[in-house]
Amino acid sequence: MFDVNLIIKSLPMLLQASVWTVIYSLSSVAIGFCIGTLVCAAGLSSSRLGRGFSAFYVSFFRGVPLLVQLLISYYCLPLIGVNVPSSVAAVGTLALCTGAYLAEILRGGFLGIPPGLIEAARMVGLGRARILTRIEVPLAVRLTLPSLVNETTMMVKASSLISVVGVLELTRLAQNIATSTFQPLEIYLTAGAIYFVINGAISLIGRFAESRFRLETAR
Amino acid sequence: MTATPDTGSRPIIDVRGVWKRFGTAEVLKGIDLAIRKSEVTCIIGPSGSGKSTLLRCIAFLEEYSEGEIYIEGELLGFSLENGKRRRVSDAEVARVRRNVGFVFQQFNLWPHMTALENVAMPLKLARGIAREDAAKRARRMLEKVGLGHRAEAYPSQLSGGQQQRVGIARALAMEPHIMLFDEPTSALDPELVGEVLQVMRDLAAEGMTMAVVTHEMGFAAQVADTVVFIDHGVIAASGSPQQVFRKDENPRLRQFLQNYFERNVFWQGAEGAGAP
Repeated sequence: MFDVNLIIKSLPMLLQASVWTVIYSLSSVAIGFCIGTLVCAAGLSSSRLGRGFSAFYVSFFRGVPLLVQLLISYYCLPLIGVNVPSSVAAVGTLALCTGAYLAEILRGGFLGIPPGLIEAARMVGLGRARILTRIEVPLAVRLTLPSLVNETTMMVKASSLISVVGVLELTRLAQNIATSTFQPLEIYLTAGAIYFVINGAISLIGRFAESRFRLETAR
Repeated sequence: MTATPDTGSRPIIDVRGVWKRFGTAEVLKGIDLAIRKSEVTCIIGPSGSGKSTLLRCIAFLEEYSEGEIYIEGELLGFSLENGKRRRVSDAEVARVRRNVGFVFQQFNLWPHMTALENVAMPLKLARGIAREDAAKRARRMLEKVGLGHRAEAYPSQLSGGQQQRVGIARALAMEPHIMLFDEPTSALDPELVGEVLQVMRDLAAEGMTMAVVTHEMGFAAQVADTVVFIDHGVIAASGSPQQVFRKDENPRLRQFLQNYFERNVFWQGAEGAGAP
């Protein structure tokens, strides 16, 4: 029968594990955002090398399943002498992967910025890096906020994949409890509900940010 | 209208034999132009004549294809080695044009910053001025263009005329030696043109060196020391407003002015008062 008691008993542990889910997914989005910005800037630069690198990067990380990427980094990093905790390798892989998607999202934002705004920045003596961080990124983020929020919720869900490389987070813990209690239904339903709540919160924050940072006349 | 031009000294801007090509299209075909300290030069001409391109070349927002542009004696954008031109780094371009202010037709205020931040941010980041000093100077500049009370407004909350005045304040805050205006009133509703032109008149009266691409013939006639008429990428006429508007007999110039006056005559009785 459906065991409500089990849910109540395991809820504190599941919530604790979901904190790790949030930490892993948000930190990979944060790192991925920096990667994505650089990959995107390289892709839009006048340097042929930069454009080539950017195109290769995006096609690789979008083209290979995330699960396979995680397995590659899990098994191959030790072989080439890189010994980092599996959680670090997993977050790094998530970040590299979401970086490719974020680069594509931001590209639309960058292209939507009127070139005159960049010219104005050049005419008051701002250098390339300052223009990127003070003008282009803030505007690109405002122009692409809904897609960025969407990608963040995707990453919260994708973080469940890192359970396969032995990193403890919500899905992994749910698996552990399910196999030891033989009551998977209750546990996975609870885990699913927690994911749902986390993403609901992210969407709400996104909505708030959209109304807060709306560019009324982004020409 | 302006301080006496200092005709003896080296020009602030010296354009020599400048050509600009976009692919096979020749937009500027050998432009020579000198702008001296405290002079106001108005550049007029039909659309597509190359007048905005010339101004953008002087700011190096466009690379000119041939010729030389000197800003206060320094070659802009290129270095000459044994007669061969080489493009210099962006940082070097920025150094040579550090004293050039630019005002855009579309204002180009950064929409995610308030009016004050639009003016103060470059002071902090490009000039290394401390935050409070930058804010103080920015506020002074906004007051100068009559917008001290709108410092905290975002561009979207300002009228076109107010946005353009913020654009002027932003350029002025960098303490430029010359201000370039690229059709500063062309994107404005007619009733907002006056407030922007007034700020420009005040600047000219203070002795600011200015180059203005404009369709405002009244402004050119009253404020300019030199009027330059560009047609098909060449300077077809230039001289004092009196000379260009009244005397010069270049047929393309006369046609251009005739069209302008016909467009602006709205009262038969004004005939003779308005026509050249």
